[in-house]
Amino acid sequence: MSETRTRGEALPILVLSTTALLAAAFLPMLHVAPNRLLAGVPTSPHTAWLFAAWGVAIVCGAVRFRGHGVVVASIAWLAVAGLPWLAGMSADTILDGAARTTRVQLASGFWVTWLAAALLLLDRLRGTRVVVQAGAWGAALAVVVALTVTGAFDGLALVREWQAQRAPFAQAVVVHVRLAAITLVLAVLTGGPLGWWVWRRRRADGIVVGLLAFLQTVPSLALFALLIGPFAWLARAWPTLGALGFGGTGAAPAVFALWLYALLPVVRYTVAGLGAVPEDARDAARGLGMSRLQVLWRVQLPLGWPVLLAGLRIVAVQTIGLAVVAALIGAGGLGRFVFLGIGQGAIDMVLLGTLGIIVLALTVDLAFQVVLALTERRA
Amino acid sequence: MRGVDASLRGLGRAPFAGRLAPTLRIVVPLTVLVVLLLVLPHSGDWFHAWLPELSHPLYTRTSFAALTLTHVWLVAAATAASVILGLGLGILATRPSGRSLLPTVRAVAVIGQTFPPVAVLAIAVPLLGFGSAPILLALVLYGVLPVLGQSVAGLEQVPASTLHAADGMGYGRWRRLWEVELPLAAGPIMAGVRLSAIVSVGTATIGSAVGATTLGSPIIEGLIGNNPAYVVQGALLVGALALSVDGLLGAVERRFQRVR
Repeated sequence: MSETRTRGEALPILVLSTTALLAAAFLPMLHVAPNRLLAGVPTSPHTAWLFAAWGVAIVCGAVRFRGHGVVVASIAWLAVAGLPWLAGMSADTILDGAARTTRVQLASGFWVTWLAAALLLLDRLRGTRVVVQAGAWGAALAVVVALTVTGAFDGLALVREWQAQRAPFAQAVVVHVRLAAITLVLAVLTGGPLGWWVWRRRRADGIVVGLLAFLQTVPSLALFALLIGPFAWLARAWPTLGALGFGGTGAAPAVFALWLYALLPVVRYTVAGLGAVPEDARDAARGLGMSRLQVLWRVQLPLGWPVLLAGLRIVAVQTIGLAVVAALIGAGGLGRFVFLGIGQGAIDMVLLGTLGIIVLALTVDLAFQVVLALTERRA
Repeated sequence: MRGVDASLRGLGRAPFAGRLAPTLRIVVPLTVLVVLLLVLPHSGDWFHAWLPELSHPLYTRTSFAALTLTHVWLVAAATAASVILGLGLGILATRPSGRSLLPTVRAVAVIGQTFPPVAVLAIAVPLLGFGSAPILLALVLYGVLPVLGQSVAGLEQVPASTLHAADGMGYGRWRRLWEVELPLAAGPIMAGVRLSAIVSVGTATIGSAVGATTLGSPIIEGLIGNNPAYVVQGALLVGALALSVDGLLGAVERRFQRVR
C-alpha cells in the first residue's frame, strides 16, 4: 500500500516532465515568418538543453533520492523564468542580419513546455508556506519583468505587435475592464435583491432560476446579435437615448447581454449565501429585537459574505470571457484584437488579445481569492 | 449492511419522474427547431416585408438544414470525445495511485476556464489548417473541462462508508468502480455532459468567425454585411438548437439522478 502511495506522489512530476520533454522534442519552439501575415517556418533551438533539464526531472521523479523535490522545483522555476529568456535570445540571433519585416513567433512547443513547467512549479509549491509560494512566483515574475524592461524580448513578434499597438491595446484593456465592471455592479444591484426575494419565497425559485437558466443556454453570439434590433429600435424611438450613445451596436446591448448572463450565478449564490446562515443565528437576532432588514444587514450579510464573494469571483471571470464576443457587436475591448487579428490573418494580434484576456481573468481571479482569504481569516 | 445493500440495489434505476415541465422542455424547443427548419427556407417574402431595404433577405449560401446538421455533428463528436477524455481523467485522478494528480487537474480546469473560446479557435487554425479539425480541437478542449470537473466532484462525493461496504462485500477495484462509484456519480457526471454540450453549441457558433460552416455563419455574415435578416435567421435556429440539446440531455440527467 505504501509502495503505491509513494509512486503516486511522484506522478505529477513524471506526467508534467514527460509532457514538457515530448513538447520540446516534437513541437516547434519558434516560427520564423517573413512578415506579420505570412505563415512561419518552425525552428527549435536549445532542444538539447531542454531535453537534458526535463530528463533530469523525469529521473528525479522515477528515483526519488533525498532532496529530489527541490531539484525538480528548481528546474520548473528555471523553466518558468528562463524559457522566455531563451526564446528572446534565439529571436535576437535569428533576426541578426535578417530582413526587417522578419517575425519570430512563439510556437506551440514553447507554450506547452512553459505551461507544463508552470503547473509543475504549482504542484511542487503546494503544501509549502504562503511566503515561499508568493516568493517563488514573485521572483519569476520579477525576472520576466526585468527582462522585458531591458529589452530581452524585443525580438519576439508578440512584443513587437504590442509595441506597435501600445495605445489601442491599453485602451482595449480599459474598455474591457469597464464593460465587466459595469456588468458586475448592475448584476449585484439587481441580482442581490432578486436573490433575497427568491430566498424569502421559496416557490419563486423555480420560475426565476428556470427563466435565467433558459437565458444562460442561449449561445452568447446569438443573444448579442438578437439584441441589436430591439436596441436600435429603442434608440430610434427615444432620440435622447441615442444621443447618449445608446444604440443597436456598442456598449449598451453588450452590457445588457452580459448582465443577463451574470444574473443567474449572482441570484444562485445570493440564495446560497443567505441560506448558509443558520436559522438559530437569525432567530437569536430577531429575539434581540432586530428588524428583518437589520437581520439581513448585520447578521446574514456578514455571515453569508464568503459564499457571495465566491459567486462574484465566478461571475467576474465569466463576464471577462464573454465580453470577448461583445467585440463582434462593436463594444470594443480585447475581443477587438482577437477578431481584427482573425480578419487580417495576423496571429500575433490574436495572441496579444488572448494573452491580455487570460492575464486579466487570472488577475481578477487572484484578487478575489486574496479578498476571500482575508475575510475568512477575519471571520 | 442491509441499508448499504438496498442502496446498492437501487442504483441506476431511479424512476423517471414523468412530470409535465421536463417534457415541455424537450418538446417545445424541438418543435420550434423543426418548424423553423421547415418554414425559414420559404420565409424570404416575410423578411422582405419586414426589411424592404435588403436585397438578399434570406440566407441561401448553405441550406439551413445542412448548417444545422454540421453544427449537430460537430457538437456530438466533440461531446463524445470530451466524455471519453474527461471521464477517463476524472477516474484516474480519483484513484489512490492517481490522487496526487488531482490538484494539477483542478488547476488546469481553472486556468482553462479563463481562455476565451474564440482565441483557442484562432490559434488552432494556423496549427491545423482551416476546416473542422481546429474547431473540433477547440470544442474538445473546452468540453473536457465541465465533464472532468463534474466527474471528479461526483466520484468524490460517493460516501466512504459505501466504498468500504463494497470492499467488504468482496468487490474488486473495477467492479466497485463500475457497479458502485459510477452509478452513484452518474447524476453529476451527466450534468457535466449537458454543460459540455451546451458550451459546444455556443463555441461552434463562434467557430464560424474562423471559417467553420455552422449555424453561426449567417450571424457572422449578417453582422459583417449589415444584414439583420441573416442574423435573426441564424440566431433563432441556434437558440432553438441549444434549448433542444439542453432539454434532451436534461431529461437524461434527471433519469440518472439518484433517489436516496
